[in-house]
Amino acid sequence: MADLELRSVTHDYAGVGRDVRALFKLDLAVAHGEPVAVIGPSGCGKSTLLLLAAGMITPNVGEVLVAGSPVTGPRRTTALILQEYGLLPWKSVFHNAALGLEIRGVSRAEVQTRTFESLERVGLAEFAGSYPGELSGGMRQRLGLARALALDADLLLMDEPLSALDALTREDLQDLLLELWRVRGHASVLVTHSIEEAVFLGRRVVVLSPRPGTVAAIVDNPDMGERDYRGAPGFYELCAHVRSLLVQEGAVGRLAGTGGKG
Amino acid sequence: MSARLQRVLGYLGAVVVLLLGWQLLASVVGSPALPAPVDALTEFVRTFVPDLLPHLLTSAWRALAALTLGTVLAVPLGLYLGRSPRADAIVAPLIFLSYPVPKVVFLPVLLVLLGLGDLSKIGLIALIVFFQILVTSRDAARAIPAASVLSVRSLGAGRMQVFRHVVLPAALPEIFTALRIGTGTAVAVLFLAESIAGSQGLGYYIVDAWGRIAYNAMFAGILAMALLGVALYEVLDSLESRVCRWTKVGS
Ligand SMILES: Nc1ncnc2c1ncn2[C@@H]1O[C@H](COP(=O)(O)OP(=O)(O)OP(=O)(O)O)[C@@H](O)[C@H]1O
Ligand SMILES: [Mg+2]
Repeated sequence: MADLELRSVTHDYAGVGRDVRALFKLDLAVAHGEPVAVIGPSGCGKSTLLLLAAGMITPNVGEVLVAGSPVTGPRRTTALILQEYGLLPWKSVFHNAALGLEIRGVSRAEVQTRTFESLERVGLAEFAGSYPGELSGGMRQRLGLARALALDADLLLMDEPLSALDALTREDLQDLLLELWRVRGHASVLVTHSIEEAVFLGRRVVVLSPRPGTVAAIVDNPDMGERDYRGAPGFYELCAHVRSLLVQEGAVGRLAGTGGKG
Repeated sequence: MSARLQRVLGYLGAVVVLLLGWQLLASVVGSPALPAPVDALTEFVRTFVPDLLPHLLTSAWRALAALTLGTVLAVPLGLYLGRSPRADAIVAPLIFLSYPVPKVVFLPVLLVLLGLGDLSKIGLIALIVFFQILVTSRDAARAIPAASVLSVRSLGAGRMQVFRHVVLPAALPEIFTALRIGTGTAVAVLFLAESIAGSQGLGYYIVDAWGRIAYNAMFAGILAMALLGVALYEVLDSLESRVCRWTKVGS
């Protein structure tokens, strides 16, 4: 049974000037505990896809199911990490990480322990009393992750969580994401502009067409998660393959500057 | 040097400069209507407890009550309008039409309706503060980035929780700024209202001294009024740095 399923989903936005069709007849199934990476040209509807999966918006046509039942709103154990602004500058690191639990009405003592656990996991425990404005870019991304972890989510939706980071920090956090997935085994959808990131973190890599987004290709990546995968020949081959698919979709001009392998 | 000490020293320096300027002006003008600072200060100290203090307390109470009342009414309404386009479409025109009307012209009406005592003064100042804070909090709530709201909603937050975790804290710094500016207006209007009607408060004290040609006493009253303004400003400032700690980040 698929943990997340989008069935022939079409979504239009009512724009100020004209309506915009973001997704068209998109089908996607993510299995229980499966990590999927989504890549595609800018504006093709990747963020829209995540918002639909998170229950933040409802599709004009088609169905979105999580754990077999239709999504009607935010779900207790789905965590969404947004492209930007996910953190609230007026809340301390601790309270940002604890926010999901507090909103869900979890008891104070449990909020305390679970939040510290997840801050510990991402290496931010000693910054619990700081504010997001006092953190580096990488630390902020880790904080966003800590908030999701505290929820004990079984479905993790991430919208370019590692964009705007330098290459080393980025690899560091990719390792962290991989390790967290190994330990917890959640299903995840990772939206990214980086081909290498998609291949490193996606057991399947979903390539979307330009807007209106629909699935152009799905690349299986059975070796994902193996030791030193980044240095393996198979890794490079797959990156090249995904790259050629994106070229077909006319997406590579945009990707060249954003961390795709050159 | 601690920030607090620096602040106190800053105030002391400013006081010295002001007193020197005052002294200079007094000797140039050479009129009894502008006594030298020494005379005014002596009068201030001599009369503070027996005469000035009750009036100062009355004025302080009126100003505080009005600021609180105006704020407590305006903030929720302003934030609500800022986040609810539908309600805003109905109420905004009302605000835009009534905001530019100088509320102080309603003083006579309030004096008739609410009497010459505390109520009319508190009512007038609260009305002025209300409009300032209403407009500010409405605009602040409108300016909140949609993504901030989205991130909290994605965690399952309902309307009230979005208010508590996002809208209110995001708007607080601007509300405090408006309030600090508002204290200046509040004290000015308080003076006017007290000088026109009633027999209590610093406004009354100053104008009464003026009528008796007791210029030293008049200036003692003016000093007390200035003190009230500074104290209100300081209270708000320290409240703000306590409530809005994150705004100090990086400074
Ligand atoms: N709130 C909105 N109102 C109107 N149109 C929107 C809205 N959000 C997105 N769109 C449109 O829908 C399309 C898909 O947007 P989406 O944000 O899902 O793209 P994306 O693939 O995430 O892009 P990027 O890679 O640049 O983040 C875009 O063309 C955009 O113009
Ligand atoms: Mg996007």
